[in-house]
Amino acid sequence: MTEEDHHHHHHVKAPSKEELRSLSDTEMQKLSKQIEVYCVIMVQPKLLTHWAAALDTWSKHCDKSGVYTSENSKAFDAIDLNEKDNWTRLRKALKHAFDNAGDLRWFFVAQPTTFAIIENLKYLLLTKDPSEPFYLGKLMKSGELEYVAYDGGIVLSYEALKRLVHVFEDKDKCPEHVGALWRLNEDKQLAMCLKYTGVFAENGEDIHGKGVFNSQSIYTLIKDSMNNNPTNVLEGCCSDMAVTFNGMSPNQMQVMMFGVYRLRPFGHDFHDVLAFYPPEGSDND
Amino acid sequence: MKGLCCRWSFSLGFMVGACSFYFFLYNVWFERSYPMLSEAQEKAITEKKRPTNRKEEGAALLNLLHPQHADEDNRVADELYRKVRILCWVMTGPYNLQSKARHVKATWSRHCNMVVFMSSVKDPDFPTVGLGTKEGRDQLYWKTIRAFHYVYEHHADEADWFLKADDDTYVVVDNLRWFLSNYTPELPIYFGKRFKPYAKQGYMSGGAGYVLSKEALKRFVEGFRIKVCTHTTPIEDLALGQCLEKMGVLAGDSRDTLHRETFHPFVPEHHLTGKFSKSLWYWNYCYYPIVEGPQCCSDLAVSFHQVKPDLMYTLEYYTYHLRAYGYRPRYQPSLRHGLGISTLPPSAVT
Repeated sequence: MTEEDHHHHHHVKAPSKEELRSLSDTEMQKLSKQIEVYCVIMVQPKLLTHWAAALDTWSKHCDKSGVYTSENSKAFDAIDLNEKDNWTRLRKALKHAFDNAGDLRWFFVAQPTTFAIIENLKYLLLTKDPSEPFYLGKLMKSGELEYVAYDGGIVLSYEALKRLVHVFEDKDKCPEHVGALWRLNEDKQLAMCLKYTGVFAENGEDIHGKGVFNSQSIYTLIKDSMNNNPTNVLEGCCSDMAVTFNGMSPNQMQVMMFGVYRLRPFGHDFHDVLAFYPPEGSDND
Repeated sequence: MKGLCCRWSFSLGFMVGACSFYFFLYNVWFERSYPMLSEAQEKAITEKKRPTNRKEEGAALLNLLHPQHADEDNRVADELYRKVRILCWVMTGPYNLQSKARHVKATWSRHCNMVVFMSSVKDPDFPTVGLGTKEGRDQLYWKTIRAFHYVYEHHADEADWFLKADDDTYVVVDNLRWFLSNYTPELPIYFGKRFKPYAKQGYMSGGAGYVLSKEALKRFVEGFRIKVCTHTTPIEDLALGQCLEKMGVLAGDSRDTLHRETFHPFVPEHHLTGKFSKSLWYWNYCYYPIVEGPQCCSDLAVSFHQVKPDLMYTLEYYTYHLRAYGYRPRYQPSLRHGLGISTLPPSAVT
C-alpha cells in the first residue's frame, strides 16, 4: 500500500466471512501466531483502584503486558520510568516495549480506565500484516490533524512502532520536551510524530462499519442511544465485537468481565475460526 | 485634529493586534477535537422498518420468530424454543408503562414464546390486561392471583411453563429453557431464588422472578377453587409459596451444575462485587449458602432484579450481543436430556 493510499484510507475493518473462508490451514496457523499482542499499560498510583481492576480483569488476556508507572507504588509491581511528564513517559514506555517485544508484532497502548477485549482486537487484526505500518483506534480530528484517541486505546503494528522509535531520535520532528504554550496532549503528539514517518491514523471498525474502539463507558453510550434511537437502542449503539470502552468504575469493569466472558444465552453457537482459552489461575472469566 | 488622528491610529492598531491575537489563539488553543465518522455513520444508515416478528392475540404478544443474529448457529436455541414453551407475564401498572414496562417489551420479553403485561387497568395500545385491582404494594397478591387465573383461563394450552417477573426484572429466557429442559411440565414444581423462612420447603423471591410448571399452575388455580388457598397476606411471594406448598407443589433447586445461583434478587454489580453485611436480612433468608464474588452467579444466569431501564439494555447487550471472538468459556454444560437434536458436525470454518 502506497503512502498515498494510506492517507485517504480512514477505516480498518475486521475480516469478512469470505476473507476468512479463503484462508488455508497453514495460513490460518501463521496468522494465529502473528496476532499476539503486547499490552502497554500506562498507570499512575493516583488511579490505584483502576490499576488493580485492569490487572484483575482484561489485561490477563494480553499475551505479554508491560505496566509502566509514573512513580513507584508499594501496591503493585510496575516498570518505574521515573518520569513525571506524560509525553516523555509514553515515549520511554514505547521504546521499552519495542526493545522487549520478542516475537510479538502488535502493540496495544491503554490507560487503566480503559477496558479492552483482546480477543476482539485479534479478530480485527487477523488478516493485517504487522510489517505494514498500522496505527488505529478511535479516530479523532483536530484542525488538520487526525489522531487516535488515547482513552479508546491505541494500536500500533511492529512497523509503525519501529518508525516511531526511529523518529524519536529526531529533535525537530518529534521533540521530547515541548514548551508549555505549544504542548498538545500525548495522543496528538504521537500522531504528529507518526505523520512524519508516513504513518496515518485509522478508525477501527467491524464488518458492518461500526466503530469498535470507544472512549466512553457502555453506560454513557446506552443512555445516549436511548435518547437518540429510542426504538432501536442496541442497533444504534455499539458493535457486538467492540474492543474498548473507557471510564467505567472498577466494579463496572468486573461486571463487564462477567458480561463478555461468562454471561451468555444457552444454545447460540458461533463457528469462529480462532479459539482462545481462559487464562490460568483466574476465576472471573 | 492631531489628537483625533492619534486616537484613531491607536484604536486601529489595537483592533488589528486583538484580531491577530484572537486568530492566533483560535488556531493554537481553541481547536476542538471531534471524532471522525465511522463507515457505518458515513453511510448514514437510514432507519429500516423492523420486521414484525410479533403478533398480538388479545392482550398477549406472541413472538413468532426467535430473535437471532445472521452469523449465529441457533439450532440448539431454536429447538429449545419449540420444546420448552414459556409464557412470561410481567407485573406492571399504568404509571410504569412508559418508564419501565416499555423497556421490558423492547428487550428480554422478545425471547419468551408469549408475553402478557399485567396492570390494574386495561390498556389496549401497549397492550396490557386490566386485572380490576387498585395499584400499590398491598395489591400485589391480588394482582398475582388474578394474573395467574387469567393466564390459566386464556393460555394454558399454549405454554408449558409460566414465568412471573416484575417490570424491573431482567430475564435470560434462553437460559431458563436450558434449565427447565431437565424437567417436564407435568411435574408439580416451581423454581426461582429460594428463600427459607416462613415456609417448610421455602418459597421463591418475587422480584427475582419465578416459574411454575403447567401442573403447578393448575394446582394454584385449583387451590383457590376449593378454598385451600385464599388471600392471606399481600406479601405475594410468600403467600404464593405457602399456597403451592399446601397443594403439593415442590419448591425446586434452580442452581446450575456447579451449585451456582441462577435467579438473582439484585443487580449483577451487587452480586459480583458487593459484600453483603453480616447483619443483613439476606443471610437469614437465602435457602442455599451465599457466595460472594465471581462465583455468586452462574454463567447461564436466568434473572436479575432492581434493574433500571438503561441497565436492561446493557444486560441485553452483554447477553445477546457483546462477546469475545473465539473464546471458549470455562463452563461447558450440556443438555442433560437429549431433545432429539442430531449431533452437530464439528465447527466448520465460516
